Amino acid sequence: MPKVSLFIPCFVDQLTPEVGLDMVKVLRRIGYDVDFPENQTCCGQPAFNSGYWNDARVLAERFVDVFRSSENIICPSGSCTTMVRNFYPELLASTPKHDEATKLGQRVFEFSEFLIKVAKVSDVGASFPHRVAYHDACHALRELHLKNEPRELLKHVRNLELVEMPYSEDCCGFGGTFAIKFNMISGAMGDTKAGNAEKTSAEFLTSTDPSCLMHIDGILRQRKSNVRTIHLAQILASTAEAPR
Amino acid sequence: MTTAAQDFLRSAAEKSANLTHRHILRKGIDTYNSAVTRGLSRFMNWEAARQKCHEIKFETINHLDRYLLEFEQHVKERGGHVFWAQNGEDARKYIADLAKRHNVRTIVKSKSMVTEEIHLAAALEAQDIKVFETDLGEFIVQLRGEPPYHILTPAMHLTRDDIAALFKEKLGDVDTNDPGELVAAARRALRKAFFSAEMGITGANFLVAESGMIAITTNEGNADLGVSLPKIHVAVAGIEKVIPRMQDLALFWPMVATSGTGQPISCYNTLIGGPRAPNEFAGPEEFHVVLLDNGRTDLLADPEQRDVLHCIRCGACLNVCPVYRTIGGHTYGTTYSGPIGSVLTPHLRGIHEFNHLSYASSLCGACTDVCPVKIDLHHHLLHNRRNAVTAHERPGSEGSEFKMFRWVMQSSARLAASGAIGRMTMRAIYALGLAGTFFDPTRKWTKMHAAPKIPRESFRAQWKHAQVEKK
Repeated sequence: MPKVSLFIPCFVDQLTPEVGLDMVKVLRRIGYDVDFPENQTCCGQPAFNSGYWNDARVLAERFVDVFRSSENIICPSGSCTTMVRNFYPELLASTPKHDEATKLGQRVFEFSEFLIKVAKVSDVGASFPHRVAYHDACHALRELHLKNEPRELLKHVRNLELVEMPYSEDCCGFGGTFAIKFNMISGAMGDTKAGNAEKTSAEFLTSTDPSCLMHIDGILRQRKSNVRTIHLAQILASTAEAPR
Repeated sequence: MTTAAQDFLRSAAEKSANLTHRHILRKGIDTYNSAVTRGLSRFMNWEAARQKCHEIKFETINHLDRYLLEFEQHVKERGGHVFWAQNGEDARKYIADLAKRHNVRTIVKSKSMVTEEIHLAAALEAQDIKVFETDLGEFIVQLRGEPPYHILTPAMHLTRDDIAALFKEKLGDVDTNDPGELVAAARRALRKAFFSAEMGITGANFLVAESGMIAITTNEGNADLGVSLPKIHVAVAGIEKVIPRMQDLALFWPMVATSGTGQPISCYNTLIGGPRAPNEFAGPEEFHVVLLDNGRTDLLADPEQRDVLHCIRCGACLNVCPVYRTIGGHTYGTTYSGPIGSVLTPHLRGIHEFNHLSYASSLCGACTDVCPVKIDLHHHLLHNRRNAVTAHERPGSEGSEFKMFRWVMQSSARLAASGAIGRMTMRAIYALGLAGTFFDPTRKWTKMHAAPKIPRESFRAQWKHAQVEKK
């Protein structure tokens, strides 16, 4: 049985564990042996994005140590995947771990990317009888260039009606600490995104990134909207026998 | 917190909550963006064109000394003057002295961001010289006593009715909101200025090194009139505006137009090479080019961010920026707004006063995707943030928070323990209905969001249970 290691971002671990658990379900269903290196914590992105590269570097080096012996590493977040694959080489430039981190980055995959590009599976046997819109999360879209992969997976979910939302590529406004430091701008951007989701009359808004979804979810519920958010892994985990 | 940062927060809060403002910008920018999409489709290979522009600019910026001297030599050969201004003060003084020497009373000015950067019009008006902005959008914001709202579209924040009311008040001879009549009123006001002006001031979209010519692009022809009628023409340009060859314009003219407005090429594209020659019957008697540094050579000295000098001021990054579309141009409190402004301003005006702009971004990267000269805009925001931390320009409390964050994250046991305590606390606070109150440490979040549902158990705890059950 092929093996994969889970890279569970710290906020998924603490705030949206169901996303990680559902990802495990899907990976096992398509025949992978799943392992969770329990020493893992955070990839360091919050510190890196805030300019605290010395603090981030320590966590990046730690990440390399934790995942050293892993083969393919699967992450339910395009953003954290981007941190490791795209930013570690710059963060660790001219340090002893640079080369190893760069190679490791090539083994880290965002979940939908892994399913389509590596596992080469677009039908994971899911069923989700709802109308769903997809939000293009920025890091997945612009740093990892994943546009079709999540849509391809959604198209193969039984009974799911996929609708395109207007301005699906516009940022939802989360942006990590940006959502705290500039909460009024972030909130207004989220409001615009929520409005666009509502225009589709979709029941669910899905995406690759739990952080965007947590932000949009808070805004949607604040608006008393009928649209709910759900992570791609949760849709792919649901079946006719075990629906959500 | 600096005054600039405080002003930014205040204005951002106000604009973010203003739905009318959001709709005006959305409508204006959507018109541009759909035109740009059509415009891009006219290129056989847009990506190759971007790459070529990037390469030309890269070559030029990395040999700026050589190309600028080549440009200067050719301008002088044709009888023009070149003045090297190290900063805004140098440039203002040179132009004001020139105006004084020639008894200039009236100046017609075409649109130029670099003259905004050095506050040229205000300096000249302080000397009792009347300065007329002749670009329609600039004319409108000048009447309002405001700086431009957008690099390319100075009056983007105004509706037709706003402009009608403004013209009625300031021009007097018009009382309608008919666009044609409003334009006619502006034209009547400006024609008088064009015919009485002794000096015309323009920017320059490009400085062509091999020919010593400046290239000016407008959609209204106002720059052409402004340099044809007055006896003195002064062009002000940042030193990064130089390009090597005339043939480069074949790429840059369409690129700047398409990226900014979606046009195949702007309506008026003019090359100006010097004062009127003895065998010519039109053109100014004197031609001056003011080359402005004003912090640009410092940026040139930074290999990491040198490509910021590639910017051709097309405005594309503003139009796609969700932050710009939310807060608008004036909130930035800078000459250059939007992503390019947030990247550039800390270099031009100091990282102390302006590092907050680099943090006011979700780092979505839409700007980098559209930039026609491939400036790595959103990554430079990250670089500016790192530079701000290195220069100790961030609050000490933030530094301590990240030290604590690092300490927690260096051990999975510490993450698990602090996560468990944190989740328990938040569950209690939310359950007590205290979300958003003083007792809520997440109140900055719950001010904008419904309180999140906090799980009882972390992923790692649930994983562990499952492993135990298996055994």
